Amino acid sequence: MSHHIVEVKNLRHVYSDGTVALKDASFRITHGESVGIIGANGAGKSTLLLHLNGYLEPTSGNIRIGDIPLSKGTLPDIRRTVGMVFQDPDDQLFMPTVFDDVAFGPFNLGMAVADVEQRVTEVLELVGANHLRDKPPYNLSGGEKKRVAIATVLSMSPDILVMDEPTNGLDPFARRQLMALIRDFKHTRIFTSHDLDMVLELCERVIVLHEGEVWADGPTLEIFNNEKLLAECRLEKPLSMQGCPICGSGRLAGSAIPCPKSYASSGFDS
Amino acid sequence: MDSINKAVLDLKRLDLLANNDSSIHRLDARAKVLVTCVFIICIVSYGRYELAALFPFFIFPAVIIALADLPPLFIARKIALLCPFVLVVGMFNPVFDREVLLHLGSFAVSGGWVSFASIVVRSILTVGAAFILVGVTGFTAVCQALERLGMPQVFAVQLLFLYRYIFVLTEEAGRASRARELRACGKKGLGIRSFSSLIGHLLLRTWQRAERIHMAMLARGFTGAFHAHRQSHFGKSELMFVLGWSTLFIFLRLQNASQLLGKLVTGLFP
Ligand SMILES: Nc1ncnc2c1ncn2[C@@H]1O[C@H](COP(=O)(O)OP(=O)(O)OP(=O)(O)O)[C@@H](O)[C@H]1O
Ligand SMILES: [Mg+2]
Repeated sequence: MSHHIVEVKNLRHVYSDGTVALKDASFRITHGESVGIIGANGAGKSTLLLHLNGYLEPTSGNIRIGDIPLSKGTLPDIRRTVGMVFQDPDDQLFMPTVFDDVAFGPFNLGMAVADVEQRVTEVLELVGANHLRDKPPYNLSGGEKKRVAIATVLSMSPDILVMDEPTNGLDPFARRQLMALIRDFKHTRIFTSHDLDMVLELCERVIVLHEGEVWADGPTLEIFNNEKLLAECRLEKPLSMQGCPICGSGRLAGSAIPCPKSYASSGFDS
Repeated sequence: MDSINKAVLDLKRLDLLANNDSSIHRLDARAKVLVTCVFIICIVSYGRYELAALFPFFIFPAVIIALADLPPLFIARKIALLCPFVLVVGMFNPVFDREVLLHLGSFAVSGGWVSFASIVVRSILTVGAAFILVGVTGFTAVCQALERLGMPQVFAVQLLFLYRYIFVLTEEAGRASRARELRACGKKGLGIRSFSSLIGHLLLRTWQRAERIHMAMLARGFTGAFHAHRQSHFGKSELMFVLGWSTLFIFLRLQNASQLLGKLVTGLFP
């Protein structure tokens, strides 16, 4: 399915105040991949994502989603294909109630009222926010807003899911829930995160951005084992790959299982 | 600033009321829009010294509030919010218009005071009717109805955006002024300079946020068409509603009901 390929070629973006946020970014993401985009604050991650559904226009370079080059005329199609969760959920919620907000997309897709009801309930269950359906979005907590924002995008059944720091502000349980949701999503997933453990668990591939350039692009483990690269880009190994903080012994790379000795030394077994 | 913020959040509550269920809520939005229009036209078309004839019109808001189970105090407070503007508009009437129009006992009332009172009553009636319309219909549905009644789609969409924009602006204003107050360390005079820069920031931020929200709407397939999840059609009860109320309003407008009532009473008790 060439349908869900994301291809970015020599993308450059200069903001109107002269900030060069992206210098020259190129990559190609094929169907079904799960890709993490990581980098320091201000590396250009959000800028990059905002290009993928046409919110920002490239200063130079081009973007293709599937067989369609991104341009003014193809924007409506591309926006239907690419579901985007913004960094700030306040930018995404604008209807009087959570239900209305999640139903907004499906109604625009021309779904019948009964189908919309069902779809909204489904996705709200999926993100664990069905109990909030009649509340106004502006009265929700930060993490609840985030979950509803994700539901609004899922309700459109996008072919490519793009998320800017999806787990930011979520409690541990909601984070796990969202990670399961991302893992179960069948199509292409692209997200940025400072939650490197999540990236380690969910992505086979990582793209490292540094000062607007693609500094590295490769298999997740390979990149997280390259200490020099990580230090250059103001990054660290995910916690689960670092030594156990209590006994100093290493863990299995990529496993979230803590070192068994740490339990012993913290006195849980008497 | 904080109180403005609260007042606007309260306005959103008005929108939420539209999700209730009552015989009035279930009516097709077009019927309610039409009746409200006739009501407002009748009120506005009165001469500037008309006062007594306006009072019978209070029956409309009273009946709708009762039937739709709207919180009357809440509506009253929303209307009171507009009082300062009305007072400014009508303030100079008593000053410039000193011609004595009627006598209350030994008290001479000038034309200025009468027209001032008339402006206040008319504002309460028209603004109240508009609030009640939103409370029993929802703003989106009102825009949709206007469009179906023949208003060009562009205007209907503009109206909807204007409404959303008010919320965006006040939310931003609330946040910015809170940040400014917190950093002023309790000083009273915060300085005109910080204030003017605050306003500048505010406009830019509002504009950016409004743009991002618009983007979020486009990303979810918004093409300018409205979708309400209350499916309704203009049936018999709608026709009755429109005809009944319109006849009453036009009758009241043509006959001075207060005078009629007065005559009746004086006729009965000579
Ligand atoms: N609207 C804008 N106008 C001018 N410069 C901007 C604008 N938005 C972002 N920038 C600049 O572009 C650069 C990249 O910003 P971007 O938001 O893409 O970073 P990021 O990688 O998402 O960072 P974070 O991890 O903090 O979210 C930053 O230096 C930022 O200051
Ligand atoms: Mg960002």
